Parts: sequence; structure tokens; C-alpha cells
Amino acid sequence: MSKPGKLPHWADVTLVPLASVALAFVISAILIWAIGENPWAAVKLMVDGAFGSSYGWGYTLYYATNFIFTGLAVSVAFQARLFNIGGEGQAAMAGLGVALVCLYIPWPHWSLALVGATLGAAVFGAAWAFIPAYLQAKRGSHIVITTIMFNFIAASVLGYFLVNVLRPQGSMDPATARFPSETVLPKLHEILRPLGIPFSTVPPVNISLFLAIGMCFAVWFMLWRTRLGYQIRAFGESEPAAEYAGISPVKITIYAMLISGGLAGMMAVNSVMGEQQRLVLNAVEGAGFIGIAVALMGRNHPFGVFLAAILFGFLYQGGAELALWTGIPRELIVVIQALVILFTGALDNMVRMPLTRLFAMRRAR
Amino acid sequence: MTSLKTMLGAASSLALMATMAQADPALMYDLGGKFDKSFNEAAHNGAERWKAETGGNYRDIEVTAEAQRVQFARRLAEAGADPIVVLGFANAPTLEEVAPEFPETSFVLIDMVVDLPNVRSVVFSEHEGSYLVGMLAAMASETGTISFVGGMEIPLITNFACGYAQGAKAVNPDINVIVNYTGSTPAAWNDPVRGGEIAQAQFSQGSDIVFAAAGGTGLGVLQAAADAGLKSIGVDSNQNYLHPGSVLTSMLKLVDQAVFDAFSDGPGLETGIVVMDLAAGGVGYALDEHNADLISDQMQEAVEAAKAAIIAGEITVHDYRTDSTCPAF
Repeated sequence: MSKPGKLPHWADVTLVPLASVALAFVISAILIWAIGENPWAAVKLMVDGAFGSSYGWGYTLYYATNFIFTGLAVSVAFQARLFNIGGEGQAAMAGLGVALVCLYIPWPHWSLALVGATLGAAVFGAAWAFIPAYLQAKRGSHIVITTIMFNFIAASVLGYFLVNVLRPQGSMDPATARFPSETVLPKLHEILRPLGIPFSTVPPVNISLFLAIGMCFAVWFMLWRTRLGYQIRAFGESEPAAEYAGISPVKITIYAMLISGGLAGMMAVNSVMGEQQRLVLNAVEGAGFIGIAVALMGRNHPFGVFLAAILFGFLYQGGAELALWTGIPRELIVVIQALVILFTGALDNMVRMPLTRLFAMRRAR
Repeated sequence: MTSLKTMLGAASSLALMATMAQADPALMYDLGGKFDKSFNEAAHNGAERWKAETGGNYRDIEVTAEAQRVQFARRLAEAGADPIVVLGFANAPTLEEVAPEFPETSFVLIDMVVDLPNVRSVVFSEHEGSYLVGMLAAMASETGTISFVGGMEIPLITNFACGYAQGAKAVNPDINVIVNYTGSTPAAWNDPVRGGEIAQAQFSQGSDIVFAAAGGTGLGVLQAAADAGLKSIGVDSNQNYLHPGSVLTSMLKLVDQAVFDAFSDGPGLETGIVVMDLAAGGVGYALDEHNADLISDQMQEAVEAAKAAIIAGEITVHDYRTDSTCPAF
């Protein structure tokens, strides 16, 4: 007999998030209506803008790629019950890694540069996550506090490097020089053209999308098919039990955070190398924090993260279209995004409890 | 490739044509948002003034992500906006990419130079305006220590600090100029609380006049000076009215004028580099009824003399951006 208060698994992973998102959209629609705009037209514009053309898809997938990486980063750490709020800083430092790799190594071809930059990003991101991980494992300094503080340190370090070291002489913009043309990653339309699929040439979505999808599979495999993944999950479920079973908490804390930092870092391959082609001060622009929401919504499962990342990509791109062509102010778009996070993250039980009761009633009948 | 791009662009902007008449001008703000009480808002005011005076319509858009710079500039051009005014040095690469795709559209870039036939680049000589307010600060200071609060430590802002220090040292070679920056993330432009804290720290080091070049953060700096009974200097727009009697003057950077001019000139405007310096009236210091009692005739004479000398080329204010050094630090 299944316990009362427990949802069937399929309902837990589909119904709860869908109901939460639906609620968030209902409240958003009321808000849009309240400021005197037509909610139906707004939703239509968002959906059209994000999914109505290959142009829209391109931007949606570009943003989604960033969120897949940062979402995976948060979920891996969370499997070990470590709350990595430092994706922002890890990705910023990884941007520095990508920039150094692209600027100072003469790559003959983009494919080699992609490997090099991915390694550079992962190493820099992981290294930035290592220090809070070490402090947590050895000293018990709470990882939430240290990772969030490391975001600010990363921003300052990055600012220093861009203004004083990497900025080309005479340039006013705190950014590196443009990367050499050998490091330009192929965009999605170039990949799809040989397959006979026409795709807009404009949006920045590039080959790192496939790297992100690959990482979803890799993370799934690592978590559910390897010994390390088992140890991470066991440690997350119960630290004393894991320790009793011979799993070293220090080792698992550090490994989980290194993987998490490396994943967060890889988003720099998409944004810095794939889109901007140079490192700018604000390269991460909040994707590290969005990753937390993506992981929450995706139930810390790589497939869930993938879907949630697409949803947030849609909110970003659809929101941009909304800002471009209606009088709906930018702040309201942030409100819509916040509502989605609020309902899927914080108010999870508000949806779960009635659903659970509903299922219990059905079962009783 | 180009034809495909045009086709897709045309398809995606068809629906939008209806909302937008041909050749309305457009304004694209930099990160930080439209109502930052500073750079972006000055541009907004210029556009609103144009709207009020001509009855025309314009479209504006706030960039919130790096990837949106190119996206929005292109969408505005596709929708037929002309001219398109783009704010901020970070958009130079944006126009280098988008402007060649729309050779018939005029673009205006504020704060940086892009050398393309359909781009007007407007740059301001902030160091000259800062020099003048630096002189005023040095003359008004009783403690011999003045200070500066910048947003982020980037060349554009350091140039304000450098001009300020040069002006102050021209009046009093022994003056102590404290320079601090608010932060290292974009939040540094909109953190009045932190701005106030930095100003208080500077006051405790003996500063009695503080110059803020930090966007919305500056409001906290001005407030802190007013609370402490000391003096402050505003930036970009005339901020004298915020705390009459406490705001010594404001370093004017007339972004609104640049936007107004661009909108007024309309499609096909004259391109090339426009230097908004003291001579062109693009920068300066603010004198109005709110600070008339703070600036003595003697101070005003000295500043006006320096202003004339700079315009005549007798005084050269060093531009930090040319070689990343400042003789007055």
C-alpha cells in the first residue's frame, strides 16, 4: 500500500511543474490585464516570438543552452545536498579561462579550439568552486555563504583583468580583443544546412547546444550509473549513513562541487566563445542564478533541467519580444519570470498538497 | 545568406510593421535601464523633449542581456526605425555588426566611435567638464581634501576622476583627492545605499566635497553629503535641485542634447564623429538658482577663465582614455 501523501511518480514529475507554471501564467495574465494590456495578445506575442520562427527558436535555444549548463551544475551539487549559489562566479571565472585559451593559443581549427575552451572553462569553473568546497568539507564554512561571496570576488577579479590586463590599449570598453576567426564556433544554421534544414542565420545558438545536451546525458550517467554518482546521492540522502558505509564526506563534497563548478563554467563556451566572441564584464548576466530555478523546476534530474531550461529560454526570448513591441515595461517581464520561480520553487507544496489529496481520493474510491 | 536573412527578418517583422510607422526614430538604452536618473534617463529626456516639441513618435527599448544588443538593434532596423540611437560604449561591436547590414538606415552611437559610413559617433569630453567642477570643488573646500565616487573602475569613469583631480590640482597643487569606486558588477550603477556609505567613509577621511559619477548610486552620495551638511557635485543631468544648498554644482554631460539632435536631424543625418566638448557645449557645469549662493563671483570668474582657456587650447586637459594614465593621480 502506498503511503497517503505520496504522489505517483509520473504526476510528481509532470503534473506538479505544469500546474505551477500554469498558475504563474494565470497570475501574470491578471497583472498584464491590470496594467491595461491584452493578456491573450501578450502570450501570443511571447509564444510567436520564441517558437514561431527559426529566428525565435534560435534565441530561445541560445538562452536555454546557458541555463542547461547552470541548471545541471546546481542539480549535481544538490544531489549531495550542497546548495551551489556560486554558478554566477564560476561561470565568470570560466569566461576568463575561455578567453585566455582562445586568445593565447593559436588554434588551427574551431573543433580543437572547442575542446580546449571547454577544458579551460571547466577547469576555471571547477577551480573557483574548489575553494568553497574545501572550506565546507574541512572547515564547515557554509557553502551557501561562501559560494555567494565568491560571486563578488569573481566579479572583481574579472573586472581587474579586463580593465588592467586584457583590455586592448586605447579601447574604452572593459573587454578583451575579439577572438581569432579560427575559434568561431559553427552556428546551428551551419550545422543544419547539410541536412537540408533551413534555419535563421541571425541568432547566436551554436554547437555548444549539443555540448549541453551531451552533458545532460553525461550527468545522468554519472549520477545513476557510476559508483561516484551513487556515493554522491547516498551522501545527499544521509550523511551519517554514507559515512558509515565508508564514503568520505570530504571527498564527496569536493568532487560534487568540482563537477558542479565545471558544468557552470561550461556555459562560458556558449556565451563567451559562441556569442560574444570576446570576454565582456557582464558575460554571465544572471544565468548562474537562473540555474537554481531551472534545477528546482527540473527536480534535479538532467531531463527535467533540459525542459526547464527551454521554458526559461522561452521566458527570456518571449520577454524580449514583449518588451520590443508592446508597452509592457521590462519590469513586468521580470515579474513574470519571478512568478514562475516562486510557484515552481517556493510554493511547490501549494500545488502538491491538493494534487496529493485528489489522488488519495481517487485511490480510496 | 544575406537574402535568407532579409527574408526571415522581413517575415518576423511583418506583424510589427502595423504598430510602427515608417522612419520613426528609435532609442536603445544601455544596461542599467531607462530610469537610472543618469545616463540612460538623460537620453530618455532628450527623446521626450523631441516628442513634445515635434509631436513625433519614437520607439525605445531597454537591453537586459548582452545577446540582446545585436538582436534589438537589428529588429529596430528591420522594423524601419530611422535613425536608431544606441547608447553606451559597449554597443560599438553591436553597430559594427548591424550597421553594414542596413546601409540605408542611419545609426547614432553615443560614447564611442565606430567608423562606418552610416554611423554618427557622438563622444563627450568628460574630462573637460570634470576639470571645471574639480576647480570649483578645490575652491570651495575648507579641509583641503575632496573626493570622488565612481560606479565601476572602467576607463570612462576614471576619465571623470582624472579630469576632476586635474582641475582641483590646478587650483591647489597640495589638495588631497580621494577616489573610490562602488563595485565590480552592473549593480554598482544603482546602489545608492553603498554610495552613501562610501561618501561617509570619505567624509571621515576629511573630505568635504564629493563628486559622484555613478549613475543611480550617485543619489545616495548626494543624500549623504546633504545629511552630513557637506557638499556634493552631481553628474550628467543638472542635479542641483535635488538638495539645494548642498549640491555645489553638477557636471553636465548633455546626452539628451545628442539624442534630441539626432532625432531632429532625422533619417539620412550627417554621419561622422561629433565631439561634444566644452566648445560645443556638450559638457559643462551647472549654475542655477539652487546653487547661486554656493558659487561666489570670484569662483565663477576663475572657472569661466579656465573654460575660455580650454576652448582656446591654452589649457589641455589630459584625456585618461588615450593612454590609461593620469598626471594628477
